[in-house]
Amino acid sequence: MKIATGNDLATGDVLWWDGEGWTRHVEDAVDVGETGTSLIAREEAARRVNVPYIIDAEMTDHGPRPAHIKDRIRARGPTVRLDLNRTPIDPATGSWVI
Amino acid sequence: MYRYDQYDQSIVDARVEDFRDQVARRMSGAMSEDEFKPLRLMNGLYLQLHAYMLRVAIPYGTLDGRQMRMLGHIARKYDRGYGHFTTRQNLQFNWIELKDTPDILAELATVEMHAIQTSGNCIRNISSDQYAGAAADEATDPRPWAELLRQWSSFHPEFTYLPRKFKIAVIASDDDRAAMRLHDIGLQIVRNEAGEIGFKVYVGGGMGRTPMVGPLIRDFVSTADFLSYMEACLRVYNRYGRRDNIYKARIKILVHEIGADEYRRQVEEEFLHVKTLGLDPPAGEFERIAAFFAPPAWDRGLSDELDLSDPDFKLWVDQNVAAHKQPGYAIATISLKPIGGIPGDASAEQMELMADLAERYSFDELRVTHAQNIVLPHVRKADLYALWQALAGAGLGTANLDLISDIIACPGLDYCSLANARSIPLAQKIAERFASLDRQRDLGELKLKISGCINACGHHHAGHIGILGVDRKGTENYQLLLGGSGAEDASLGRITGPGFDEDGVVDAIERTVEKYRTVRLSGERFLDTYRRVGFEPFKEAIYG
Repeated sequence: MKIATGNDLATGDVLWWDGEGWTRHVEDAVDVGETGTSLIAREEAARRVNVPYIIDAEMTDHGPRPAHIKDRIRARGPTVRLDLNRTPIDPATGSWVI
Repeated sequence: MYRYDQYDQSIVDARVEDFRDQVARRMSGAMSEDEFKPLRLMNGLYLQLHAYMLRVAIPYGTLDGRQMRMLGHIARKYDRGYGHFTTRQNLQFNWIELKDTPDILAELATVEMHAIQTSGNCIRNISSDQYAGAAADEATDPRPWAELLRQWSSFHPEFTYLPRKFKIAVIASDDDRAAMRLHDIGLQIVRNEAGEIGFKVYVGGGMGRTPMVGPLIRDFVSTADFLSYMEACLRVYNRYGRRDNIYKARIKILVHEIGADEYRRQVEEEFLHVKTLGLDPPAGEFERIAAFFAPPAWDRGLSDELDLSDPDFKLWVDQNVAAHKQPGYAIATISLKPIGGIPGDASAEQMELMADLAERYSFDELRVTHAQNIVLPHVRKADLYALWQALAGAGLGTANLDLISDIIACPGLDYCSLANARSIPLAQKIAERFASLDRQRDLGELKLKISGCINACGHHHAGHIGILGVDRKGTENYQLLLGGSGAEDASLGRITGPGFDEDGVVDAIERTVEKYRTVRLSGERFLDTYRRVGFEPFKEAIYG
């Protein structure tokens, strides 16, 4: 599947496209399929999100999991500060990311 | 240390208000990211993996207690309670929100700090020796000259859009504690036979994807010609440095491609022209700057005796305390490398404590080192025990300076949008593997440096043992390098062979240091042994 991501303009927070808007939870990301390019162009023009781009992901029981480690770290937070992760002190974070 | 005059302050204040307006226009949507990006970068604001990152300049690594306390305040108020000291003697905040940035810069300006020229293709923060003004072996204090360079290079209209970023280091000792020859320009202040000070000028060093040790371009530039010569060095680069290929745009490529002799010829020609322009400041202006760096009011006649009956204190003194030029004083390094910690990170509370301790014990001075530690440069020996106790109580008393656990590591893929692999978890694993201080001390000086990508912010080329993280088909992989040095014996590390996964590279380091233990001669550091026996025995030990 293809999912769209970017960073929030004001905060820099990592965002994911949930079909209607931008969410901070990768679990809510939706497959943008072939519409990704037009979505990115539209959202960038509207200046609602910083540097949006499309990535590959796989659907799991817990929602989409980005294909590349960089985007998995973006989704959860630094692997060395689990206290700062989006899902704080989640024992599953390590295996989900790596 | 240097204090802003009305011009410095008004320039910085004006820049804050300029940026406040630019941020407002970006937030309102009036400005696109493409339009805004160069403006935010000129103010040290990056967009990293999780958030905006603000890089604050710490000129030549020197700051005072109120400045360190302000960094702690910003960490607590605007970030997530910590900051990261970098290999360029700066500090980075990892969790900054764009809307807060003008207020942060305004708060920094109240203590004479800013983030100007911490990014972009300009002359970056001037780096220097963390022992400046305290080391017994220096020709003079290099910081007045670093400050002169800072003033010359700040908003220099001709050098704001260089082909690529530009880094300058200034030292004044034969012992190089600033990786001077791995900078675009490296300067060593020396004395000639007449006792006059001047500059050895090295140009074209650097790390990154094409590492180079800078060649000597001029063995003595007089102080009267100093800025004109710097101007000439930059002008030749600005005119002929490559702008067609970002990977070939640094000055090291220009110097390498045309050769040091031809580069020198062009600089000397340009220098003759520049010298007619009256660029060098009058002596009085330099003396005005130098007065800010006058030695503190040291007590005279202090004893050099030190009670080392506490064995843990003795370990810390042996490892982290260096000789001072003033009898009765010492230079103390605060390690930001606790076993299992994140190299270079300090919490807001630790920053505030270090500020307090600097005010109480070190004439209100602190230094940031390129190895991501903090130095208190002027501590009375009689105060060392109390200082150590305060540090140890806050997790800042690790006695590992220059040992294998004193690892330089870039933020890596945990934070950085350029990184290919994580650096910090690897540093933590290595430190934990070699946690025994007895074992570390047996191994002696061993500088281990980790970068998460080829840009080499973690100085892996200059590590006695270096590690480079790469992306191998979406998986982190680590190349091992041996034999680098950023010191006065500068050299570049050599890649050992195929890379390893995270656990594999820790095991490979174990085999490397065990090989060293078996073949070393008495008194030899790891680097000495490597240079004596060569690459092959280590490669064989690593790969079998």
